[in-house]
Amino acid sequence: MTHRPDRTLDVRALARVEGEGAMHVRVRGDAVEDVRLEIYEPPRFFEAFLRGRRHTEPPDITARICGICPVAYQMSACRAIEDACGVAGPEPIEALRRLLYCGEWIESHVLHIYLLHAPDFLGYPSAIDLARDRADLVERGLSLKKAGNDILELLGGRAIHPVNVRVGGFYRAPTPAELAPLARTLRRALDQALATAEWVAGFEFPDFHHDHEMMALVEPGRYAIESGTPATTGGLAFPVSAFEEHVIEEHVAHSTALHARLAGRGRYLVGPAARYTLSRQWLSPLARQAADAVGLGAECRNPYRSILVRAVETVYAVEEALRIIEAYEPPPRPYVDVPPREGQGFGATEAPRGVLFHRYALDADGLVSSARIVPPTSQNQASIEDDLRRFVEGRLDLDDEQLTWQCEQAIRNYDPCISCSTHFLDLRVERL
Amino acid sequence: MGPTLAVWKFASCDGCQLSLLDCEDELLAVAGQVRIAHFLEATREVQPGPYDVSLVEGSITTAGDAERIRRIRDMSRTLVTIGACATAGGVQALRNFGDVAEFAAVVYARPDYISTLATSTPIADHVKVDLELRGCPIDRRQLLEVISALLVGRKPNISSHSVCFECKRRGNVCVVVAHGTPCLGPVTHAGCGALCPTYRRGCYGCFGPSQTPNAAAQAGLLRATGMSEADITRYYRTFNAGSPTFIELSRVTVGPPDAAEVSS
Repeated sequence: MTHRPDRTLDVRALARVEGEGAMHVRVRGDAVEDVRLEIYEPPRFFEAFLRGRRHTEPPDITARICGICPVAYQMSACRAIEDACGVAGPEPIEALRRLLYCGEWIESHVLHIYLLHAPDFLGYPSAIDLARDRADLVERGLSLKKAGNDILELLGGRAIHPVNVRVGGFYRAPTPAELAPLARTLRRALDQALATAEWVAGFEFPDFHHDHEMMALVEPGRYAIESGTPATTGGLAFPVSAFEEHVIEEHVAHSTALHARLAGRGRYLVGPAARYTLSRQWLSPLARQAADAVGLGAECRNPYRSILVRAVETVYAVEEALRIIEAYEPPPRPYVDVPPREGQGFGATEAPRGVLFHRYALDADGLVSSARIVPPTSQNQASIEDDLRRFVEGRLDLDDEQLTWQCEQAIRNYDPCISCSTHFLDLRVERL
Repeated sequence: MGPTLAVWKFASCDGCQLSLLDCEDELLAVAGQVRIAHFLEATREVQPGPYDVSLVEGSITTAGDAERIRRIRDMSRTLVTIGACATAGGVQALRNFGDVAEFAAVVYARPDYISTLATSTPIADHVKVDLELRGCPIDRRQLLEVISALLVGRKPNISSHSVCFECKRRGNVCVVVAHGTPCLGPVTHAGCGALCPTYRRGCYGCFGPSQTPNAAAQAGLLRATGMSEADITRYYRTFNAGSPTFIELSRVTVGPPDAAEVSS
C-alpha cells in the first residue's frame, strides 16, 4: 500500500458502463480538490437535426440516442407529441405501452445487475469470468434478461430499437393467443426475479450515504413507469409542462453531457433509488414484500444498495407484465390518429435510469421546429461527482490501483448511461 | 485458447455491441470459444493487442477518433464494422447536410467546449474494412453467423438482396400494394427478416441500400402513396443518411412514365 500526499487518479475508459466516459480526481494532501466525470462520448446533435422532421418521426429517431433504453425514448417522444397535438391514448393502448416498458425495465435492470454490477461485489472483472465459477447464476441472469427481451421482441418486433411503436400507439397489436406463451415465460421469470433479489441481498454494501434531493415521476395508485408527475423528496411537485422552469441545464467544459440542477435548490438524483423512495407505497404487495426481505427500508440513500432496488423493480416489472397480459383485450385499433397542429408538447417517462423528459414544438405543417431532451444521466452527474468527492476523501490511503477500481465500482452504482447523456469512463487521480 | 475478440465503440448508441450481450442463449458458448480481449461494455479486463477480430461500432466524428481507428486497424487482423453508424455514418450523419457549428449552438450553451468534425463518416472512409454488418441495430443472428464463420475460417453467409425477398419468404401481404403504405423494402438490404412489414408498417431502410436498387421505380412507388418530394428526401435521410446510394436515391423523386403513357 502506498500513501503519497499529492496525487492524481485517472480512470480512462470506464468499463461496464453504457457509453464512453472517464473520471478525473485531483488530490492535494488530504483534501480532494476536484472530481470530474468526463463524458467524452462525441456529441451527436439530436436536438438540432430533429428540426424539420415530421411529427411522426421523433420516436424512431430519438430511440437511437440509446440502445439500452430505446423504449424510454420512444415513449417520452410519443407522450410529448401527443401532448402537442392534444390527443391522449386510450386505455388498452396505454396498457400495451406499459407492457413494452416493463420489458425494457427487466432487460436493462437485469443487464446491470448481472453483467455490469454484480461482478464488482463478487470481485470478478466481468460476468463471463463469474460464469467460469458460477455458471448457474449467470445463466439465471441471462434467462431473466431474455424474458424482458421476449416482451420487447413480441410487442416491439425487436429488442433494440423496436419497430412497432408509433405516435398514437402501435402499428400492430398482438392477439391474446400471441401473448399467452409470454405469460408462461414470465411466470418462470418471476421466480428468477425473486431469487435474484435474495441473491443480491447477500452482497456486502459499503457504508455510504448521500443527502441529495431525489426526483421521480409519481402516479398515485401505481408505480410510475410510462406516465406520472415529477415530485421530489424535498416536497417539490410540478406538472411535466413546467419541467424546464424547475430543471436548469448547464454546460460544463469537461463534458459533452449537460449538467442539470433544480432551480433554487441544486443538485439532485433520479433513477431507481429515487423512484423507490418516492413510490414505495405503490409497489405491488409481492414487490414490497421482496423490498422488506432484502432490507430496503422507507428510502434508499446508499448508492451501493441501488442494486437491491433494481432487483425489486425487476420483480415488480415481471409481475406487472403478467398482470397486463392476463387482463389483455386487444384495442379496437392499434393506434389513434394524431393529426398534427401548431403548438408545443411535453412528455416525461421513467427510463430504467430515471426521468426522461422531451419537449417538441411543431409548426403548422406538422414539422418539428424545436426539440429538447433531458436524459437521466445528465441530471445525475452533479450528484455523482459530489458522492465521488466524499467517497475518495474516505479512501485516500488506498493505492492508485485499488482506488481506481473502487471509484469505478462507485460510478457503476448509478448505472450511468453515457450514450444517453448524449456518454463515459477514464479515471484520472491527480495527487499534487 | 480461441482467437482474441475486441469490441470498439465510436459515435453510436451502444445498441450494436449490446446485441452481443443480447445473445442470452449463446453468450457463454461464444465466450468459451474466443478470448474477449477488449470489450469495455462487458469487462474491465483489457488485454493488449494485436487482436484476431475487432468488431467496430459507431462512426467517426472527432479528430481523435479518426486517429484511434487507425491504431485499432493496425492492431486487428480482421476488422468488422457492426451497424449503420460504423457502416454509413449513422443518424448523426444528418449533420453532413447541415452546419455543424449551428447544430452545436442549438444543443449546447457553450459550443466552444465542443470539439467535433463537420461530418460523421463510416469507418471504411478511414481504414480498410474486411466485412460490414448492416442494420440499426444489427441483427444478432447475423452477428453470430459472422463470429461462427470467422471461428472456422469460412465466408459468412450474409445475403445482399432486398427486404422484399425476405418479406415474400415470410408470406407477408405487401404493405404498399394492399394498404398504399410507403415502404423502402424494394431498395433496402435484407437482414432484419422483413420486420416492419410483418408489423404492418413500411420498411424505413435501417439496413441501408440493397445491391442495384431501381431508383426511378422506387420513386414512382413512393409518389403513388402520396409522398411529396420533401417526404421522399426525408425518408432516405435517417439511420443511413450518409450512404452514397441513399443520397442518390433521395434525389430521384420522380417515377418512370407508366407503361400506358409510353405506348400511347
